[in-house]
Amino acid sequence: MATENAPASMYRTTEGLGVWEHKGKVAAVGVGHSPTTRRWDGTAENTMGANSIFALRQAIADAGVDPSQIDGLVLDPVTTTGAHWPEGDPIPMDVVNAYNQTDDPLDGIAKLSAEWILKNMPELSNVKFTMYGPGCMSHAIVVAAQAVGEGRTHTCLVLKSWHNLEGRYNQAGISASESVPGSFAMAPGRTLWGAPGSYGTALQFAEYCRKYGKSHDMMAPFMSNSRRNGLLFPEGYWAQHRPEHLTEEDYLNARWIAKPANLFDNDIPIMVSGAYLFTTAERAKDMKQKPVYIINHASSRGTQRSILPTLDEVEAETASTGRKIYEGAGITAADLSFENMYDGFALFHQFHLEGLRYRGMQNGDALDFYQKDISIEGPDPVLPSGGNIGSGRSRFWMHTDCIQQIQGRAGARTITGVKPEIGVSGGPMPMGGNFTVWSATPD
Amino acid sequence: MVKQGVIPDDLSKPFWDAANAGRLEIQNCSACNRLHNPPVAACTRCKSGDNLEWKLMSGKGTIYNYGVVYDCPVRLLQQDQPFNLAVITLDEDSGIQMYSHLPGTPVDDVPVGAAVEVIFEETANGQKVPEWRVIG
Repeated sequence: MATENAPASMYRTTEGLGVWEHKGKVAAVGVGHSPTTRRWDGTAENTMGANSIFALRQAIADAGVDPSQIDGLVLDPVTTTGAHWPEGDPIPMDVVNAYNQTDDPLDGIAKLSAEWILKNMPELSNVKFTMYGPGCMSHAIVVAAQAVGEGRTHTCLVLKSWHNLEGRYNQAGISASESVPGSFAMAPGRTLWGAPGSYGTALQFAEYCRKYGKSHDMMAPFMSNSRRNGLLFPEGYWAQHRPEHLTEEDYLNARWIAKPANLFDNDIPIMVSGAYLFTTAERAKDMKQKPVYIINHASSRGTQRSILPTLDEVEAETASTGRKIYEGAGITAADLSFENMYDGFALFHQFHLEGLRYRGMQNGDALDFYQKDISIEGPDPVLPSGGNIGSGRSRFWMHTDCIQQIQGRAGARTITGVKPEIGVSGGPMPMGGNFTVWSATPD
Repeated sequence: MVKQGVIPDDLSKPFWDAANAGRLEIQNCSACNRLHNPPVAACTRCKSGDNLEWKLMSGKGTIYNYGVVYDCPVRLLQQDQPFNLAVITLDEDSGIQMYSHLPGTPVDDVPVGAAVEVIFEETANGQKVPEWRVIG
């Protein structure tokens, strides 16, 4: 069974599509996570593949379904946090041979195929539908929701895994070479100009601050709140390994990476896997967990004119994304109980918020909003998951939180200032990502 | 600052050849009169690659935005940290951007909106690359 990328037709990328035809007919019924680690320790039992199996089995158990009932699997085959297997380095065959292998020895270590999962989870004996949603969990969720809605699969696992290896982020490979190809040198990204990953976002933030008269220190309450929420997320990296609060002073005194982006504005790369189980609303009724209904998904495919997106381009795209999210769900901004939009890099979360018009926000309002009560106890919670800033780079904490908040299973992180009935999550980038609207009821 | 060397490829070769000759040339679709940077295989407006050419620019521009790089992934530049990394827009079309380290401009003392002019610097393998200097 050859697994292919989801066709473009499965993503809802434009405005004017109306209410999603499968609104409320797909539900999340299971959640699973592996433990987190900063990097792979080189052992067979802690590979990215092992984490994947762990998370999938947790999601299955959480849903209380028999694995033989599962007929679909959607995942992102790209698992790198920015670390790639060093060219020429031997692949440890004891690790490779600890699992049933595909024809690629790095499968399960530094990349992941659906075939590898199925070879190593024999209990998934009835999976007939596999598909890739390449990019991150936000992509895979959208693909899986659409696939269940279309009847391609009825009970579908959704998986995102990350590997992280020794070495500093993005400093190997072409960054260490003496020369670069001409087109690469002219392209956005690292290039020969030495831009760190957060540079583009930092510049959009700088432009935002100049336009609206804001400053980087206004981010501090948001950053402290995100870490606080992250420390209440037992599945997350900071809660598991470094239960340290981030004070506003800590944040303001952090070293710069690409000023105005500092160390904490960049999410920490980790190893972790997350999995969900989706099924039809009809089947979900009788399952162990309270179903969380998907009432829309929407995608952003923004393009910039030249090297870096300008503030105008970003704001136009996020506003369009907000309209798509509400249109397909048949709701308005006033219906949102909470938001869990992406935050890794922290300096673009405000673009997502303003695009959503969250709590009536307009462009330029978000940093002032951060100075008010944005806690989980207040009526205007911002990023109750804590996001990547609060729990490390998984790009799925915000989805898990939406599901758990609506199910009433968010524990100490439970939103209390507003009843969590409808939440939105997604990302990653303001100029490109995939977004999901979750609801306690199908309509 | 010595940047990584550049090895021109098919798509970018005219740009790099022009830089070696001290000229700034940007790809243009003659049918749409639309500039492109980075260069593209097909015009983003008419979707055709048939009318793409390379057009001489005046070498004048404006500092649109900037950041200061303190933690650079590129090994060759790490000894120069921290350094400015600015985005320049061209006078011919303010939608077209180019990077610059702004040689001669103090770190984090960048006059956003100031006029700049192109100069050409040698990279590690001798290939010249456009850079920008504040005028006046």
